[in-house]
Amino acid sequence: MAPVKLLVSAEDFDPGAEIALLSEDQGESGAIATFIGLVRGAPDGVTAMTLEHYPGMTEKQIGRIIDEARSRWTLDRVTVIHRVGRLCPGERIVFVGVAGRHRGESFAACEFLIDWLKTRAPFWKLEETPSGERWVEARDEDGKRAERWGN
Amino acid sequence: MKIVYFAALRREIGVGEESVSPPAEIATVAQLIEWLKALSPKHAKALSAPRLMAAVNQDHAAMDAPVSAADEVAFFPPVTGG
Repeated sequence: MAPVKLLVSAEDFDPGAEIALLSEDQGESGAIATFIGLVRGAPDGVTAMTLEHYPGMTEKQIGRIIDEARSRWTLDRVTVIHRVGRLCPGERIVFVGVAGRHRGESFAACEFLIDWLKTRAPFWKLEETPSGERWVEARDEDGKRAERWGN
Repeated sequence: MKIVYFAALRREIGVGEESVSPPAEIATVAQLIEWLKALSPKHAKALSAPRLMAAVNQDHAAMDAPVSAADEVAFFPPVTGG
């Protein structure tokens, strides 16, 4: 089975290098799909956010989500990188990339991975605003998106 | 039993981790929550959060999931990564 790259880190990542890595050992893969999440420049003046996580559980749960994706689609390389610590608007938070046989399954697997990550991986965002700090609330929309994929 | 708290719960309770020895009849996540609430007013408030989530040994756990002395049990709000 092609390698999985799973990284939780305070450091930024290089999207070009990650895409290049996904194209190595491509096997029968013909389609790479990626998702990159950024810190949104919110209209209400968020100046920064701090991402907290549960070390150990984070890697365990993302590993499970990747295993689930591999059971649903035929994939070669899979990469999930999630940053933690303090990030400013415009900075990269998350990278999800898959190499699959055809675009349909690569798009689907990539979307599945980020949808399940958002509702199952133990990360929390604390926003800094001009009026003080606040924890980001989980969005019902994220739950609905994750539920589309079943259990 | 090792208890860990994250995000708003960690801040409200004031510690990220504590070691506790609940009596043997505390057998589920729900029972453990009720027992922990009696430790302090901060515990009582934080663990009354409407959408409290739990994990046992780093796997998501339902309120009726079993817990025992050797477990690591975590409590936290709904996750907001990605």
